Amino acid sequence: MRRVRHMMRKEFLELRRDPRLFGIVLIAPLLQLMMLGYAATTDVRDVPMVVVDEDRSALSRDLIARFDASGNFLVVDSVSSVAEIDRYLDEGRAWMALTIPAGYGERVRAGGGAAVQVIADGTDANSTNVALGYAGALVASYARALAASTGRGRATPLVGADIRVWFNPSLESRPFMIPGILALVLLVVCTTLSSMAIVREKELGTLEQLNVTPLARWELIVGKLVPYALLGMVDVLLVVGVAVGWFEVPLRGSFALLFGMSLVYLLTALGLGLFVSTISRTQQQAMMTTAFFFLLPMVFLSGFVFPIENMPRVIQPITYAIPLRYFLIILRGIFLKGIGLDVLWPQAAALLAWGLAILTLATLRSTKRLA
Amino acid sequence: MNTIEVRHLTRRFGAFVAVDDLTFDVGQGEIFGFLGANGAGKSTTIRMLCGLLRPSSGTARVGGIDVGSDPEAVKRRIGYMSQRFSLYEKLTVDQNIAFFGGIYGLSGDRLAARRAFALEMAGLRGREGALTGELAAGWRQRLSLGCAILHEPPIVFLDEPTGGVDPLSRRRFWRLIDELARGGTTVLVTTHYLDEAEHCHRVAIIQAGRLAALGTVPELKQVFAGRPILEIRAPRPVDAMRLLDTLPEVEKTSVFGTAVHAVLRSAETPPGEVAARLGSAGIAAECRVVAPSLEDVFLDVVERSA
Repeated sequence: MRRVRHMMRKEFLELRRDPRLFGIVLIAPLLQLMMLGYAATTDVRDVPMVVVDEDRSALSRDLIARFDASGNFLVVDSVSSVAEIDRYLDEGRAWMALTIPAGYGERVRAGGGAAVQVIADGTDANSTNVALGYAGALVASYARALAASTGRGRATPLVGADIRVWFNPSLESRPFMIPGILALVLLVVCTTLSSMAIVREKELGTLEQLNVTPLARWELIVGKLVPYALLGMVDVLLVVGVAVGWFEVPLRGSFALLFGMSLVYLLTALGLGLFVSTISRTQQQAMMTTAFFFLLPMVFLSGFVFPIENMPRVIQPITYAIPLRYFLIILRGIFLKGIGLDVLWPQAAALLAWGLAILTLATLRSTKRLA
Repeated sequence: MNTIEVRHLTRRFGAFVAVDDLTFDVGQGEIFGFLGANGAGKSTTIRMLCGLLRPSSGTARVGGIDVGSDPEAVKRRIGYMSQRFSLYEKLTVDQNIAFFGGIYGLSGDRLAARRAFALEMAGLRGREGALTGELAAGWRQRLSLGCAILHEPPIVFLDEPTGGVDPLSRRRFWRLIDELARGGTTVLVTTHYLDEAEHCHRVAIIQAGRLAALGTVPELKQVFAGRPILEIRAPRPVDAMRLLDTLPEVEKTSVFGTAVHAVLRSAETPPGEVAARLGSAGIAAECRVVAPSLEDVFLDVVERSA
């Protein structure tokens, strides 16, 4: 046990002399969280839109004004013929074109059906889908309002769904994304840091020196792990603070549980890094292995970007092997739903098992004697 | 009693045999030199003796313990210093000593005494707070040795300890090794500096993983008994060498600095005769019999075992 203490002390002394590390531990997570917090949003705002108003009536101007005022669309220009739309979409100056045909106002006033045309740039299918949804909803509510004011439509449909959205009533993407980014930032920082831990000593030649001392393997691993775990805890506090304080993500569940689960998660991230450290020969190798074999697949398959439910059935089982998957469910559960261990215990157990397994593997992999 | 006993020690890497059937003993307080070209198997042997590498076959007992079956027990009894600089460069001199002392389980008065010893030995008293990475190579090397023997191990392994160090520091380093051995510590050291081997009580010459020669330096030089070595100084040494190679009296030649060494087949051949032969070929040469150096021995042994 005394050897572990000496190992930890040495590790801290080395860390203190490494100014790069300060950046990795404190600045990088904050910077990533700030940038991704703003950038990683699936909300679509201010979609540039070009309009062709062939009707030029009070009603057509009213519809255009509603688009413009919604906040989701921004009317960038108004052209006189449909042929001119092409140029706007080709050059990307507009994502969407709204065409109001001549006689639109007349037909609306007469109570007959009137149609407007919406042309959208489908290059970015996700955003276009969302924008089209907004456009559909906007036109529908406008139609209802028109019908009600003229008294000619059915004010109340026969069957109506009374929709309420729980946990995130305004359906903003940020409260959903920020906990995910938090998990991602912790994963990147902790895995990268600990993947350097043993391989750095390999490069320096000090590992061989340690191998001829009575220092046991587990003493080396624990001595390396604890300092990084402490740094990781500082990061947890930091990113949770920014998520709640700056991005105003509601923390509905218990903070103690959040912190506790983050510790278990840190264990898996650090264990994974250590494992990479034992199978790599140079720091560069460790870096590449971490990034390509672990971080990238984890980001894509964890449900952070793409919903697991939408993945092909063959791929879905793979996601169970990814610790980030469990932590995402735990984080989003605690943040948005305010649920506790009574609901989250399967995920918590899976995460803990994963952490213990990878740490055992890392310890077994790093032998003092070469075969 | 022998401190190190090696019997038929062999290490294979795939089909390549790095260490081939080594057998030797090292006594207590002995400085035992391992001499060989790069890749001859010196480091592989030392790594097996330290418990860093598993022997493929054969046995080695270090301090009475079999390294094959209990390498961890061996590690408590040895000090090891490799050719690679093995201290933490970002730690100060004192922090390195404290760390390695702690790993070896030293504390309190014993640690204080050993720290003073290591500082004294490395000549670093007063520079305890200096960053190790900023020390000159000679100091770092002595500090490495100091850290490797903080726990006063009875056996010390040094794997090319003087690589990349200036001659003056090398000399100081060897004085330290002499002192250690006089204090009863067994030292096994590998080197490819032949002048360093002269400090060793006994020398083993390793060639392609095999033990090519073993003995004290005077014993090793006995291979030249009855085969005198002529040192020939001539203005055109290459021409002289070509001519010498054609003489029936000459066994072989090699270049030594600006001179040529010629091994004669018989002690009967007078040096003047060789000089006369060179003179008749228009090469004014100075010939004299010299005592064999370890380099002569090394080249001879390597050549014959190859």
